[in-house]
Amino acid sequence: MWHVGKVTALHKETATARTIILEVADWPGHVAGQHVDVRLTAADGYSAVRSYSIASGPNSEGRVELTVELLPNGEVSPYLSQELTVGDRLELRGPIGGWFVWRTHQTEPIQLVAGGSGIVPLMSMIRSGTSARSAASFRLLYSVREPAAVFYSDELQELTINEGLSLTYAYTRVAPKGWPRPPGRIDTTLITDATWPSNLRPTCYVCGPTSFVEIAAGLLIASGHSPEMVRTERFGPTGDRK
Amino acid sequence: MAIISRGFSGRGSAGDKKLPPGQYVTTDFPVLSAGPTPRIPLDQWELTIDDGKNVLRRWDWKSFRDLPTETITVDIHCVTHWSKLGTSWEGVSLDTLLEDIETDASHALVHSYGGYTTNLPLPDLQNMQAWIAFRFEHEELAPEHGGPARLLVPHLYLWKSAKWVHGITLMRQDTPGFWERLGYHNYGDPWREQRYWGD
Repeated sequence: MWHVGKVTALHKETATARTIILEVADWPGHVAGQHVDVRLTAADGYSAVRSYSIASGPNSEGRVELTVELLPNGEVSPYLSQELTVGDRLELRGPIGGWFVWRTHQTEPIQLVAGGSGIVPLMSMIRSGTSARSAASFRLLYSVREPAAVFYSDELQELTINEGLSLTYAYTRVAPKGWPRPPGRIDTTLITDATWPSNLRPTCYVCGPTSFVEIAAGLLIASGHSPEMVRTERFGPTGDRK
Repeated sequence: MAIISRGFSGRGSAGDKKLPPGQYVTTDFPVLSAGPTPRIPLDQWELTIDDGKNVLRRWDWKSFRDLPTETITVDIHCVTHWSKLGTSWEGVSLDTLLEDIETDASHALVHSYGGYTTNLPLPDLQNMQAWIAFRFEHEELAPEHGGPARLLVPHLYLWKSAKWVHGITLMRQDTPGFWERLGYHNYGDPWREQRYWGD
């Protein structure tokens, strides 16, 4: 039931987040958007379990990638984002979840809306679409604090050039010099300009902190998307305490 | 046998007893929902109990709020591993709502505004184990937490405590709800760690 993953590589994504690449010998395979439970066990037997979205697309090599952001006062994320090294073994359970997923037979337009580290399961969907040579057209609206907080930036840029990914960044605190939109929360104008119109009936996937998801899903519905076409995954505490 | 995570000590100790296995305590109140948060005006809100054919009971907000209420302080456990201890709610007991309904039903399927469903054995809704809650920590229940009213079944994982509750169908057989069809355990007892299919 618990799989053992061996850490084969680690990549720094930002100052506070890194990607863990695991090789899981008996991995049953996953669908883009699913998550795993990760269990850490201390020498005295105490264990702690947290859920993390899978960043990698489906593959037949038993490769599972997680991107973990260090949370202030976190119990598990400091270990995963700082302590863990290549060669360590991690216990995983999963894959879990059958709703916030994108399957390769889906051909409708796909609208992805990420807030901060909510990009992780959406990246799995983009990777899945690319490797399956999917006919579905992906658009990504990625809300992020500042350019330095972007995950997978080189790969995303490459995907926009070579794979036709439509990508819009929305910076909330600091934008690059000369950026057309001043830093701020996503709003109606941005949704209108940067996302698939509702008459194309895209499936929308919104992932991020609770407050972000509440706003983004509300804007999508206000712009005409029907609620059953908007799938959400929320994480982090309620409210706007930062 | 678990693999020891080199260099990990954690916050608790193996002897902690108050929490179900695999849970940690949070003081926040995380939100997990599969879709957008529905907004239901109180003058349109309605709660029904039916038997699959006929509506047996129906309340609008006013008649629902005229029912006797209870204050409950309970620990709640989410399948995503967080638990919140000593949460305080106000709600109407399912015993009150089911009073005088004669039924040979064994199960219930709970429906929400927005289309969510979850299934439970009927006895899990009875005997002071379940409420329709409309107040959390002395304040009106916020929409993202299920307001105006949600089911509260604290002895099961929190996905059974359906937000934005709209109706309860009494059934003579079990039928899986939303998450129960998508990989989550049919019953969901946190103390037996019934998270997923096969647990």
